[in-house]
Amino acid sequence: MKREELAPETKALIRAQMTRRSLLVGAGAVVGAGTLAACGTGGSTSAEGVVDVSDTEKIVRWANWPLYLDFNENSKEYPTLKAFEAATGITATYTEDIDDNNTFYGKVQGQLSIGSDIGYDVVTPTDWMASRWIEQGYAQKLNAENIPNKSNIRKVLQDVPFDSGRNYSLTWQSGFAGFGWNVEKIPAGVRTIEDLFKPANKGRIVVLSELRDTMGIILQYQGVDPSKSFTEDQYMNAIDFLKGKIADGFIRKVRGNSYSEDLVNGDAVAVIGWSGDLFILKSENDNKFDFAIPESGGTLWSDNMLIPSTSTHKKNAELLMNYYYEPAVAAQVAAYVNYICPVEAAQPELEKIDPELAASPFIFPDAATLEKVKVFRPLTADEQTNFQTAFDEAIGN
Amino acid sequence: MAFLHTAASSTTGPRSGLKSRSWTPYLLLAPGLIWLVTFFIFPILSLASTSTMVRPDGAQIGTYVQEFRLANYIDAFQANQEQYIRSFVYAGIATILALAIAYPLAYMIAFKSGKYRNILLVLVVAPFFTSFLLRTVAWTQILGDEGPIVQTLKLLPFVGDSMRLTSTPFAVVSGLTYNFLPFMTLPLYASLERIDPRTLEAAGDLYANGLTTFRKVTVPLSMPGVVAGTLLTFIPAAGDYVNAAILGSPSTKMIGNVIESRFFAVVDYPTAAALSFTLMATILILVTLYIRRSGTDELV
Repeated sequence: MKREELAPETKALIRAQMTRRSLLVGAGAVVGAGTLAACGTGGSTSAEGVVDVSDTEKIVRWANWPLYLDFNENSKEYPTLKAFEAATGITATYTEDIDDNNTFYGKVQGQLSIGSDIGYDVVTPTDWMASRWIEQGYAQKLNAENIPNKSNIRKVLQDVPFDSGRNYSLTWQSGFAGFGWNVEKIPAGVRTIEDLFKPANKGRIVVLSELRDTMGIILQYQGVDPSKSFTEDQYMNAIDFLKGKIADGFIRKVRGNSYSEDLVNGDAVAVIGWSGDLFILKSENDNKFDFAIPESGGTLWSDNMLIPSTSTHKKNAELLMNYYYEPAVAAQVAAYVNYICPVEAAQPELEKIDPELAASPFIFPDAATLEKVKVFRPLTADEQTNFQTAFDEAIGN
Repeated sequence: MAFLHTAASSTTGPRSGLKSRSWTPYLLLAPGLIWLVTFFIFPILSLASTSTMVRPDGAQIGTYVQEFRLANYIDAFQANQEQYIRSFVYAGIATILALAIAYPLAYMIAFKSGKYRNILLVLVVAPFFTSFLLRTVAWTQILGDEGPIVQTLKLLPFVGDSMRLTSTPFAVVSGLTYNFLPFMTLPLYASLERIDPRTLEAAGDLYANGLTTFRKVTVPLSMPGVVAGTLLTFIPAAGDYVNAAILGSPSTKMIGNVIESRFFAVVDYPTAAALSFTLMATILILVTLYIRRSGTDELV
């Protein structure tokens, strides 16, 4: 990658210098295990850099999205995580603290920038946000020796634009954004934008507040490929389309994960939503809901495990990543979360648990399914600011 | 040594006594002052400094440099005046509604509740036992299209099938009113309860009927409670974003939602800071005018 001129660690140091100069915060930037960041004008950071204390402190703290790890309702435990603890002697603290990429970043960014512990050793932001973490030097470089299972990663996920060769991140799960609908209210289903914005659905449509999913689907409907270098004008056309649908009263709300509540309580009959959520809703509500990738194209996204620059349990975190890349473990997670499994070799393992799921193109997608979806291209900092402002203004903020 | 020590420490001469007394108020104030400086003055200064920063072209997300650009305020206001005005309108309506609901309630608890007074007071604050957020989410279920209220209303002949309550200004204002009602009720109750019943009896003895007594005696004496209650409702309601986010739609967003979006989603800290400052200043001006008008300067 051409834009990788400076190592993220170096960039972080430069940025820390700039920050100090602008008198925003004064404290040491601490990045990368073993990196000695010499600075610190006070503040609560370990000025001598992050030292990996994994061997003496057998803990790992993991922040993830809600409903994103196999959970046993009866014992109130995460079976795979418990097995990890038993096998390694590492105590894992698992929290569902990530509800939104932006909010989570906003919450921890201040601490990351001054190098003070954010309280997590593994975090799982989505591609574009993972890209920001790596770019800004907030992620530690992985030690491949501790993660031999890294090679199990699905081929298409191996060389992503933001982390070619996966030196900083490993995919946790991937998913599709597409149409979800209430089968009782719309027996014919929703497969095109026209189906979604049918007069009968007026005022009962909810779309995602995740820019890349909602705009990615609208752009493709307008014949623009969001994975290629589309122009600002093309993007603004799609924004106008969204604005129009809001002004006409078709779109009732623009929300994050909570669109599932609207489907359940009946405020929404059709949504732009995520594949895994809708399959969970479907199985929990006697097939009352369904999901399809739009005919004009859906989006594909992944959430990525990263080790924050402030983590002092890097090795433990790497062992955790390695564990979840074991096919049998990955299959157990896939059986619960219903998202795309990053470990292709988990398919035969999942067959043993649930043959029907193992055959699902939404968990182990075939080439035909992958052809229908696009990954939103990386945006420059200027584009990100302008596009996000335009999107937020369109949705009323 | 021991003697000297005791003598020294037990000096209670008039001069040293005065000296130590003159320091006492400052020592007593210290915790509060330190608190204020760390959690109010310092953040306010940092917010003020952020509000005039500029992101250099092509710089990383979240990188801003100080350029003392005051035009940030004008830009931020012009781009968002719709939500800005809406916030004050919603907060105003919610405050009036809350007053209309809370006054009779507080009056009843203060004068007519007898032995149930304490139970009723506990019930007023009972909603605080569950999370603010959860209660607001619960409203989406109650007001939802398939919820009991909409379904019942639809039975009425003049209510159309497209009738809905959530994602409307009605839902947002109701949410605000509901969530801030205890803040209105408690100060009202406190000032009503303090009214000496003999003043009401005296009004009766002077041939005032019930309504006149209420108008000429009860209301004026409860004014401190009205002012405190309206302020405690209006100020947080104007800056609230939870109700609009959960119960509203894109066309009912308030300024709090914009600030949240600029801060978290766009990572445009200067705009978020400028909007916060403008909001703060407007509230301060409105409150000053209001207190002047209502003639209860002793409150501030």
